[in-house]
Amino acid sequence: MTELIQQIVDGLGRGGIYALIALGIAVIFGVMHLVNFAHGELITVSAYSAYGLFQAGWDWWLIAPAVILIAGMTSVVIEFLAFRWVRGAPDFTMLMTSFGIHFVVQALFVMYVSANFRQFPRPDWIFNTVKIAGISFEVFDVAVIFFTLLTLIATFWILQKTMFGISLRAAAEDFDAARLMGVRSDRIIRGAFALSGLLAGVAAVFWLMRSGQAGPTAGLTPMLKGVLAALIGGLGSLGGAVLGGVTLGLVEVMLISRLPEGLVGLTDGIVFLLIAFLFVFRPQGFISVRRAERV
Amino acid sequence: MLEVESLTTRYGSISALRDVGLSVGAGEVVCLIGPNGAGKTTLLSTISGLLNPVSGSIRLENEEITSWSPDRILRSGLALVPEHRRIFGDLTVDENLLVGGVTVASARRLELKEEVISLFPVLGEKLATEAGYLSGGEAQQLAIGRALMSEPKILLMDEPALGLAPVLAEVVFELIDQLRQNGQTLLVVEQNARRILEVADRGYVMRSGNIVISGDSDELISRDDLFETYIGKTDSNHD
Repeated sequence: MTELIQQIVDGLGRGGIYALIALGIAVIFGVMHLVNFAHGELITVSAYSAYGLFQAGWDWWLIAPAVILIAGMTSVVIEFLAFRWVRGAPDFTMLMTSFGIHFVVQALFVMYVSANFRQFPRPDWIFNTVKIAGISFEVFDVAVIFFTLLTLIATFWILQKTMFGISLRAAAEDFDAARLMGVRSDRIIRGAFALSGLLAGVAAVFWLMRSGQAGPTAGLTPMLKGVLAALIGGLGSLGGAVLGGVTLGLVEVMLISRLPEGLVGLTDGIVFLLIAFLFVFRPQGFISVRRAERV
Repeated sequence: MLEVESLTTRYGSISALRDVGLSVGAGEVVCLIGPNGAGKTTLLSTISGLLNPVSGSIRLENEEITSWSPDRILRSGLALVPEHRRIFGDLTVDENLLVGGVTVASARRLELKEEVISLFPVLGEKLATEAGYLSGGEAQQLAIGRALMSEPKILLMDEPALGLAPVLAEVVFELIDQLRQNGQTLLVVEQNARRILEVADRGYVMRSGNIVISGDSDELISRDDLFETYIGKTDSNHD
């Protein structure tokens, strides 16, 4: 029982990171009908920023907020430099643009930094354990769950209670109708990219604390996990993205802990099979989305 | 208040509007009638900025608003209640109204919400309901109320009675009459030509992307050839 609870906490910690990435992807999908494959580049940029700041002698306590801000700003810059020019183009064009950004950012880091991964120190405390109700948990998992919950509450508060959030949800449902109501398309899209980037930044902090390295492909795995989580939850559904992320994290941890040692390497493959199985019965994911969803 | 001159709009190589002109004075209720495919919705979409014309001019209170973005046009005082209402089904009634008032200051937004609720009491009873669960009549009231939240100088309505049961459609026409009594300037597209002409001051008849007849409502409604020749049999279904 103790072991199961530990695994659930571990899964929630891992799933929380996926949920933050998936939520950012869902926000962009909502207003642009775009599965943003360039979302992982925010993690890549965050990783190199963390590496650079370490070189400059910064500490994790300062690096964490800096990385979140940098990810948010990078997201807005990517929108300004790339997506703005294909706004209103067919979905396929925007998809290709996101792939283009993905490869260009990777190539820039290979050319101007290095093709090799750069290591930086992880926080000392992440493998410490804390006892709660007599059960030992990794401090890192507890911290991830706490800050993920805090971030999700703040995000949903923004979406539910502020005019920006309400306008963004309206635009996600029917962009033209929102514009007819006076919602400014530039402002709402820029805001969506900023929000998505900040969420990716929070996820990046935890991802990098665990991995402790920066490389041109650092954002690839988290991006894929985020896209999967968004698909499982129901693409375009914000609650679904969180649900999908948490489910993915829990399933991964349960598989890793239960598969025979020689088969642990097949975890991702089995996860994909399970997702394929889910889509046979529920192609729309956990939560169905009804809307026009297009900029 | 609103002046449209020589407006031409195309979908690709097809001209949906050809050299269209109309005007709406302050406090007037003007209707736009005609058969399906005449270009009525295209005209409203062009005026409200959803479509860009290839030529022509649109002026609101002598200010050129041609090809402005929809949100800028709304801020200048022209709001549209779009065809099929297009309310935000995932948002609550309250949130729909707030989005409608996104261009006004927050304190004024709350005052406007109260004014809209006093005009449509049913919305006040369902503020926390997701708009997707409203009946057709309630949704239409929300669409109109949402548009009024921006305090428009002129309100454009695209087939406000479309898809409603006759009893509910009648409520919409009564509502248009009430808005007129409140001094609201209106340009209304409607299939039910006879009924809207009873409410409107003036009317324009469109056919194949052109304005073919215009005049006072009394004059139009008394024309024997209007329904048979220009509007077709659709309208007789409403009689």
